[in-house]
Amino acid sequence: MPWAEALIASKAEEVEVGQEGRILSYVDALREALSLALDLDPNVFVLGQGVNDPRGMFGVTTGLHEEFGVERVFDTPLSEEGLTGICAGAALVGMRPVYLHNRPDFLLLAFNQIVSHASKFSWMDNGKGRVPLVIWSAIGRGWGSGAQHSQAIQGLLMGVPGLKIIMPSTPYDAKGLMLAAIADNNPTLIFEHRWSMRSKGHVPEGTYKVPIGKGVYRKRGTDLTVVGTSHALEVALEAMDELSPQGISADVIDLRTIKPLDEEIIFESLKKTGKILVVDTGWQMAGVCAEIGCLVAEKAFHDLKGPVRRIGLPDSHTPAGFSLEQYYYPNKEKMMGVIKEMVEK
Amino acid sequence: MRYPYNPENFTSFHSSETVYDKAFLTRLYREMLRIRRIEEEIASRYHEDEMKSPIHLVIGQESTAVGVCAALEKTDLAFCGHRTHGVYLAKGGDLKAMMSELYCRANGCAGSRGGSMHLFDKSVGMESSSAIVAGSIPTSVGAAFASQRRKDKFICVSFLGDAATEEGAFWEALNFAALHKLPIVFICENNFFSVCSPLEVRQPKVAIYKKAESFGVPSVQIDGTKVLEVYAAARQAVERARSGAGPSFIESVAYRYLGHGGATDDSASGYRDPAEVEHWREHDPISTFHDFLVSKSQLTATEIEQMEKEIRSEVLSAFEHAISSPEPGEEELMTHVYSD
Ligand SMILES: Cc1ncc(C[n+]2csc(CCOP(=O)(O)OP(=O)(O)O)c2C)c(N)n1
Repeated sequence: MPWAEALIASKAEEVEVGQEGRILSYVDALREALSLALDLDPNVFVLGQGVNDPRGMFGVTTGLHEEFGVERVFDTPLSEEGLTGICAGAALVGMRPVYLHNRPDFLLLAFNQIVSHASKFSWMDNGKGRVPLVIWSAIGRGWGSGAQHSQAIQGLLMGVPGLKIIMPSTPYDAKGLMLAAIADNNPTLIFEHRWSMRSKGHVPEGTYKVPIGKGVYRKRGTDLTVVGTSHALEVALEAMDELSPQGISADVIDLRTIKPLDEEIIFESLKKTGKILVVDTGWQMAGVCAEIGCLVAEKAFHDLKGPVRRIGLPDSHTPAGFSLEQYYYPNKEKMMGVIKEMVEK
Repeated sequence: MRYPYNPENFTSFHSSETVYDKAFLTRLYREMLRIRRIEEEIASRYHEDEMKSPIHLVIGQESTAVGVCAALEKTDLAFCGHRTHGVYLAKGGDLKAMMSELYCRANGCAGSRGGSMHLFDKSVGMESSSAIVAGSIPTSVGAAFASQRRKDKFICVSFLGDAATEEGAFWEALNFAALHKLPIVFICENNFFSVCSPLEVRQPKVAIYKKAESFGVPSVQIDGTKVLEVYAAARQAVERARSGAGPSFIESVAYRYLGHGGATDDSASGYRDPAEVEHWREHDPISTFHDFLVSKSQLTATEIEQMEKEIRSEVLSAFEHAISSPEPGEEELMTHVYSD
């Protein structure tokens, strides 16, 4: 198992997000993770529509095919279901595919292979099969992305046993979670957000893993707990930055992974604050917001001093037009409003 | 009669000059007979409702699985759909583990998680099957891809029904296999029906193999009732795959005698002419091969009697094994949801 060896050999697993050291763009951090993985293990291959384009997929794959050859980094036909099954089949016999998509919307064509096949092989094969497969996609937003190029479908998949779902928000996590996902022996979906991908941050060199299923505090405070992932959490952090001069403070938890879900960190914080706001980039109904809200009502009811609040997307579709879109996505002001309401009550 | 036996489009691969040794011929006969006897036993006990699993019997089509698997190495990987029994047994899958699976026992090949539609035995290359029509086709192509990229020795065989070629996933997988010249053989078992729906209401009148051919994949239609035809065609396709020349597609035509699922012939319900079933029984893969072998003095009545006896005792002990095996406990439910 080259993976386990390499990762154990690197002490990087203990690396904490430092305040000093190398600054890397989010995209370069991802690219570095793929490059390290390809270098570490000949079973890793990277595929997707346009990964060999001159600029790679959003820059994440740029030049990888030159470095590792088109045998291992290659363009695909537009066959999302077929290729997902092909990846699952390759994984079932020991390879480690990383299948990249521009948009999660395209994964909807592959649900049969994700939900009815890849997620089930380990279980249906009574432990005799395993699927070390990574499916990566980047949630779109703005500039006409519209109803069919902006969908954040994590909530649709969260209830499927056997899957892992990762939603990073920093370059450090993006790299460490990509490496962790490739090292994992289960079908793992990574939902990046195009807007988070614009950021830069501290990223250690070499191999390190961010543990799948562990959240982290981005801020500590006392008035409430804000929990979520990805770009929704970035907006929440901005909202809290603006509210702090008014004397409002919160525990802001970046879950980083929504499946498995780090329940402990949520309960730990809630015990202290008694109030919780769940934020997500996806639909509010029956998704991540709903699940965490229910979880808290079920298991931490007695810690609650007020109703659970959630901020996700309304029960409607993403408009392509600029002005309509401003109403659709919850912004910093909306979050501030909800947080103030929660604190004042 | 809608679908009479019609050799018009069949390509013949078997030459009457080819000499097979008696042991090989006997093996083919025995394997077909064994599958049939096992299926008959399942059918005869199905009403007891102890095998709480949807079954899809392969009686009438045994020659395809047997002929193809005879052309494979143990290390080659087979994949199939919901009609699993024939492929599983022909590939060498453990009979006891299969029966335990049908009887929902803890020692079933899938630990009672799969039932009849999810049989596998990875120790002999029976890699996977799917209850979703066409679902295992991409899986098989993925395994073939892995074999090619890692320069492994194994090739893959993907068994599919005629209706599976109506699914997009099949064409997506075929396209990819052709594009990358993957070491895989597609075996389409055309029995003219998808449950009760005849081919003519599902596909335009273009032979299935003709469509596959348009991908640049060598494609043929063969007489799926003749095990030596199947074997000869499969051998050529397997050699092609192993040599790195790429995929092949074989449409093997044969007829299922019983209903789509369950243990009885449901022709009387009206979706097909019972006379059609009788007509195909005249081309029965086992009895025609029997007559052929007897005419060539390759098989004697005593040998057959001995074979039947051995099979009978193996079948009875497999059923006995399954029935006396423990059922899984509740703790089984939550294991292996994730792999370590
Ligand atoms: C995607 C999907 N659609 C429908 C079904 C229901 N179904 C199960 S078997 C079957 C018939 C398939 O026919 P074919 O592929 O020709 O195989 P055969 O049963 O004739 O062996 C159908 C429609 C299914 N299992 N999966």
